[in-house]
Amino acid sequence: MWRLKFAPDQASTFAEQYDWLFWATTALTIFFTIVVGLLVIFFALRFREGKKVDRSNAHDHHLMLELTWSIIPLIMGLGIFGWASYLFVETRQPPKNALDIYVIGKQWMWHAQHSNGVRENNMLHLPSGTPVRLTMISQDVIHSFFIPAFRMKQDVIPGRYTQMWFTPTKPGVYNLFCTEYCGTQHSEMGGYVVVMEPSEYQEWLANGGDNVPVKPMTMVQKGEKIFKDKACFKCHGDQDIHEGPSLVGIYNQRRVMKDNSVRLADDEYLRQAMYDPYAHILKGYENTMPSYKPKSTDDLEGGLSEEDVLNVIEYIKSLRSSPTAPAPAIPPLATGVPPTEVPN
Amino acid sequence: MSAVPATQAPAPKPKSYLENGHTVASWLLTGDHKRIAILYLISVSIFFLVGGIAAGMIRTELLLPKGVFLENDSYNKVFTLHGIVMIFFFLIPAIPAVLGNFLIPLMVGARDLAFPRLNLLSWYVYMAAGTLGVIVILLGGVDTGWTFYTPYSSLYSNSQVGLTIAAAFLAGFSSIFTGINFIATIHKMRAPGLTWFRLPLFVWAHYATSVIIILGTPVIAITLLLVGVERVFRIGIFSPELGGDPILFQHLFWFYSHPAVYIMILPAMGVISELISAFSRRPVFGYHFVAFSSLAIAGLGFLVWGHHMFVSGQSMYQGVVFSLISFLVAVPSAIKVFNWTATIYKGTVKLDTPMIYALGFIGLFLIGGLTGLYLSSMATDIHLHDTYFVVAHFHYVMVGGTIMGYLGGIHFWWPKMFGRMYPDNWGKLSAVIVFIGFNLTFMPQFVVGYLGMPRRYHYYYLQPEFQPYHIMSTLGSSVLGVGYFMPVLYLLWSLKYGKKVGDNPWGASGLEWETSSPPPTTNFLEMPIVTKEVYTYDAEKAEEEFEHRQELIEEVTG
Repeated sequence: MWRLKFAPDQASTFAEQYDWLFWATTALTIFFTIVVGLLVIFFALRFREGKKVDRSNAHDHHLMLELTWSIIPLIMGLGIFGWASYLFVETRQPPKNALDIYVIGKQWMWHAQHSNGVRENNMLHLPSGTPVRLTMISQDVIHSFFIPAFRMKQDVIPGRYTQMWFTPTKPGVYNLFCTEYCGTQHSEMGGYVVVMEPSEYQEWLANGGDNVPVKPMTMVQKGEKIFKDKACFKCHGDQDIHEGPSLVGIYNQRRVMKDNSVRLADDEYLRQAMYDPYAHILKGYENTMPSYKPKSTDDLEGGLSEEDVLNVIEYIKSLRSSPTAPAPAIPPLATGVPPTEVPN
Repeated sequence: MSAVPATQAPAPKPKSYLENGHTVASWLLTGDHKRIAILYLISVSIFFLVGGIAAGMIRTELLLPKGVFLENDSYNKVFTLHGIVMIFFFLIPAIPAVLGNFLIPLMVGARDLAFPRLNLLSWYVYMAAGTLGVIVILLGGVDTGWTFYTPYSSLYSNSQVGLTIAAAFLAGFSSIFTGINFIATIHKMRAPGLTWFRLPLFVWAHYATSVIIILGTPVIAITLLLVGVERVFRIGIFSPELGGDPILFQHLFWFYSHPAVYIMILPAMGVISELISAFSRRPVFGYHFVAFSSLAIAGLGFLVWGHHMFVSGQSMYQGVVFSLISFLVAVPSAIKVFNWTATIYKGTVKLDTPMIYALGFIGLFLIGGLTGLYLSSMATDIHLHDTYFVVAHFHYVMVGGTIMGYLGGIHFWWPKMFGRMYPDNWGKLSAVIVFIGFNLTFMPQFVVGYLGMPRRYHYYYLQPEFQPYHIMSTLGSSVLGVGYFMPVLYLLWSLKYGKKVGDNPWGASGLEWETSSPPPTTNFLEMPIVTKEVYTYDAEKAEEEFEHRQELIEEVTG
């Protein structure tokens, strides 16, 4: 006979908080099931026809009783609601110092990229004791990133970023699933999450992950390369020019649009600026930028893949005006190239 | 409640609705709500069998971590078939279209439903939808899951999505027709003296259900149409590739599909109120609370759809509001359970087959309802969402609740429908087997869901720790299958060989028992006039009658 497992591993700070709430709700469920169940059985047997019992003074209605059994469950329910909502709100507020990792879902695999550029498929290596924030997007249909040992799950949607964060607590190997039905091999879209000691993680990362032979470029480096290859710098240099605004230091800043609305230049904003530039135009500029949205996920044709977009965003984030940040890479304009041309 | 004939006319034994014409046309062209109910009874039973076979295939497949006999695509089509058939073609129509159709005119003392031809049309539309469903299966099936989530359903699936949408669309209209008929009938055709608060709770529950059907079903119809438009014409509505929003689909889908859960469970609650009262020989405790709790569930049920979307990417603040309202909707459900329990207290309880089903319903609905708390509280839902925990939860409500109610109702009104009684011992045995088999099947799924097993998974070879629970569940499902199949046999047997019983074999109150069993085509020979309150049972008197009967038996047997 197998050894039965009754609870999943508990390997994140949230998992511990989660299980308190889970078992409290379970206690309540079992208590009410047993009390009401036993009452029903007891009444049905005690008042069975032929039993000589007192049936006098039976009420058909009783307002106080009705109010009692409406209000007590309501108060208990609101208690659970408050507790659960408090925990949930916490899961939506990643700490500022969280380690950023990027995840792309596609039929039928998970693709993760660490900020130094190490990539892995259907695996995710994490340091223990460090808050981690995943920024995720899908290339095709809706998926859902689920790590039972962390009690954490978030749908991964095409067309926009979703995030989840957690702090792994215990080194080990844990299940990773896709929990939103996504087609033929849905049940095989998953693998493992490997939680390591922070030092081991750093070593693993420095050695280029599991199976990358050459030292990979960091995400910033990859983004910078794309920025050069696509000649983004022609319009987006270190100064605002007629063709386009500078991107230096804009990340997470408020920007005033042509229609005088104000938008925060976050990941979502930057992604939209690349894929659908006319959705919001900065005040003082015209509709001159081409869209870098690929024709399809198989045929990029001059567009940027979701992964490219993430790399470029990472690069734009690095463009700070503070002296410690890397200086914006703005190579001199190659002479003879007309500035309006967009090389593919 | 009792009927007083308006005039003292002699009562010749009337021809029952079953004897009024024996040709096929007399059935297929009938406007008689009772015959249409029988047509529905046959049709939903066939679809239940189809959905049940699919369930059996799913359970067999999950015995082994790498499947038994299906490929991935076939497995996905089988669980989609199971969901669509069970929800659109069995659970939604089962109680309203069979028991509601048969009983509501009888319970309100009417000759028929308000619109008999619309009633017949609803069955034809339902059958047209069912036929489309069969065509879908013959053409290779559909693999989107019953939820049709975009953009998978609109752009990525290579299966028969269009036809399936058409089938669900049509099935929706069939239930809209039924809903319109019920509302009109309950409003306009109640017998003289039958005030709203003399209506049986079965009628209240169907009234609330009809409101949900009429308000909710058009939304799913339009939503599915939009999926079809995006799929065929590639007009961007739900797919970001074309400029649409996939979350929008989920909002629209659950705006109907969560209330649809109440379309399935409210009629069952109505049945249970009737059964508990009839077999405890007591009026339903807190009649007004139980009646209004149905309306409260119908109203609040429209405001909780977002609890299906806590991890979908919807706003956190939206989530908080949806969670709060979901907790509120638990209160009217709790009120019903407590009132049923209080009804049994100081009653004179007869443990006949329908009562066993009703008690089973309370047990399973308790667990189904309480496990809903885990899913309406946002934090616990993060982990449990889209796992087998959810699968177990909604089966407890929709199978444990609705089907127990449906079978209990069928057993209770069977002698009313056909004038003959089934063997009670077989009935009790089937109720007990269903109860045990059900718990064996779905209790392990709570555990495997908490362990993390996602729903709609064909393989789980990387997680051997899930297997014991799947084996338990599959064993339980075969017990459950036996439990469901037994009534088919003895009920069919009883049609020919069952003991003929009088008009009111249970001694139940309610206008439907005042006419003959089976009733004549016109239901009542005289217009019934209601002078008594609802549920005129008296437990003490029932006990005296019981003792008197026992004494007589003793005298006779000596």
